[in-house]
Amino acid sequence: MSFFSFGQSAEIDVVLNDAETRKKVEHKTEDGKKDKYFLFYDGETVSGKVNVTLKNPGKRLEHHGIKIEFVGQIELYYDRGNHHEFVSLVKDLARPGEITQSQTFDFEFTHVEKPYESYTGQNVKLRYFLRATVIRRLNDINKEMDIVVHTLSTYPELNSSIKMEVGIEDCLHIEFEYNKSKYHLKDVIVGKIYFLLVRIKIKHMEIDIIKRETTGTGPSVYHENDTIAKYEIMDGAPVRGESIPIRLFLAGYDLTPTMRDINKKFSVRYYLNLVLIDEEERRYFKQQEITLWRKGDVVRKSMSHQAAIASQRFEGSAASESALEQAAKEESG
Amino acid sequence: MTDPVVADTRRLNSKPQDLTDAYGPPSNFLEIDVYDPQIVGVGRNRYTTYEVRMRTNLPIFKLKDSCVRRRYSDFEWLKNELERDSKIVVPPLPGKALKRQLPFRGDEGLFEEAFIEERRVGLEQFINRIAGHPLAQNERCLHMFLQEETIDRNYIPGKVRKNRYTCACSMYIYFYITLIQS
Repeated sequence: MSFFSFGQSAEIDVVLNDAETRKKVEHKTEDGKKDKYFLFYDGETVSGKVNVTLKNPGKRLEHHGIKIEFVGQIELYYDRGNHHEFVSLVKDLARPGEITQSQTFDFEFTHVEKPYESYTGQNVKLRYFLRATVIRRLNDINKEMDIVVHTLSTYPELNSSIKMEVGIEDCLHIEFEYNKSKYHLKDVIVGKIYFLLVRIKIKHMEIDIIKRETTGTGPSVYHENDTIAKYEIMDGAPVRGESIPIRLFLAGYDLTPTMRDINKKFSVRYYLNLVLIDEEERRYFKQQEITLWRKGDVVRKSMSHQAAIASQRFEGSAASESALEQAAKEESG
Repeated sequence: MTDPVVADTRRLNSKPQDLTDAYGPPSNFLEIDVYDPQIVGVGRNRYTTYEVRMRTNLPIFKLKDSCVRRRYSDFEWLKNELERDSKIVVPPLPGKALKRQLPFRGDEGLFEEAFIEERRVGLEQFINRIAGHPLAQNERCLHMFLQEETIDRNYIPGKVRKNRYTCACSMYIYFYITLIQS
């Protein structure tokens, strides 16, 4: 805003064409608050209108051009000056000249590539935004509108279980198993811990989900570890032959998909940390990486189909099975 | 392809537990008692000794039941040896109580009953914490302290068994062990 404006000024704002129908999602801001933003996927068109509203109607506004940009950029917090733009599109809305009355400009960025998911982390931020600018001699008038991009995946073809025998020689031997190595964000981790040898006095056992955000390259790599969840799976002292089940629902936690070497700037990886604590507070742990991915939402499913599945969960009876068949027939037919 | 709306959360299959394992004695029995303080010596050369009795079924200890007499400075020796040779953060001993060794005190000084009891409790806690540590169990000094009648201060420090960090069999991957200081 200019305090020495002799003459005209204007307000600029951006409105999407599908603002009424497009879904909004919550996304964390840098200071930890959650805000809602329009959700886009890779390849979707971004179209809308830029409204330039003159503050003093009647007076003309001189400018050196009006444009709108669609930007995808990575910002490292320790290096704020340099933004790494990986998507940069621009549409000129008006050639240099003047406006005498408030105007609206249409724009469309067709089938925009949005290769990465929006991410706000501890040391790095990846964001997408529209920026409308009225270019002027001394100071531009601009407005930014952030959007959120989700990257979707489908069920991986290969999703082997993780099964390992670990321990300390002649002291503690366990076999742990997790049913998959790749989990979607609303998945359930089903597993078990089997005790082969227990010569220490265990007090309890827990599973932690750890998020590791890696920024920087070469000698200046920095890892930021954050324990997202701690979930106790056993209280008390186990003996040989005991098997402890694991059932950890991921939907309750604030997770993102695994991001590997995004634009060679940062990574976000997730680990399951199995921790056993003995009576003297000594901790024995084994970390295992898992891959998290984002599943597309179910587009349409009839209510009766869902109800039939729900009833089968409890009974598994012939009646509910035939209800399921019927509902499936109805849906496809 | 049917995408199940309800996730499959059934438990994974596991071997049923053997009844002898379930109801047998646990393989982690280790109890050390520090008791029966006795004052040894005369005049200004007196000191207190404690009985240190260990009962265990851990195979790493040669004797399943052992009984020795130790004094405070023996515990200090053990702490120093472990701090030097092992990578553990050794728990603290009860205080040295130098003030109690000064003359002209109103009370019995080092041989005050309440003080001896307080020290006994601290030594018992110390030895139980350290003897249960898998890395401390590797050290010869611990075994000598607990199970040999006298401590040979000229002994050759070393490990009792192969370092527990290394892998004898390629099937095992080792834990990191960390001791949280309380």
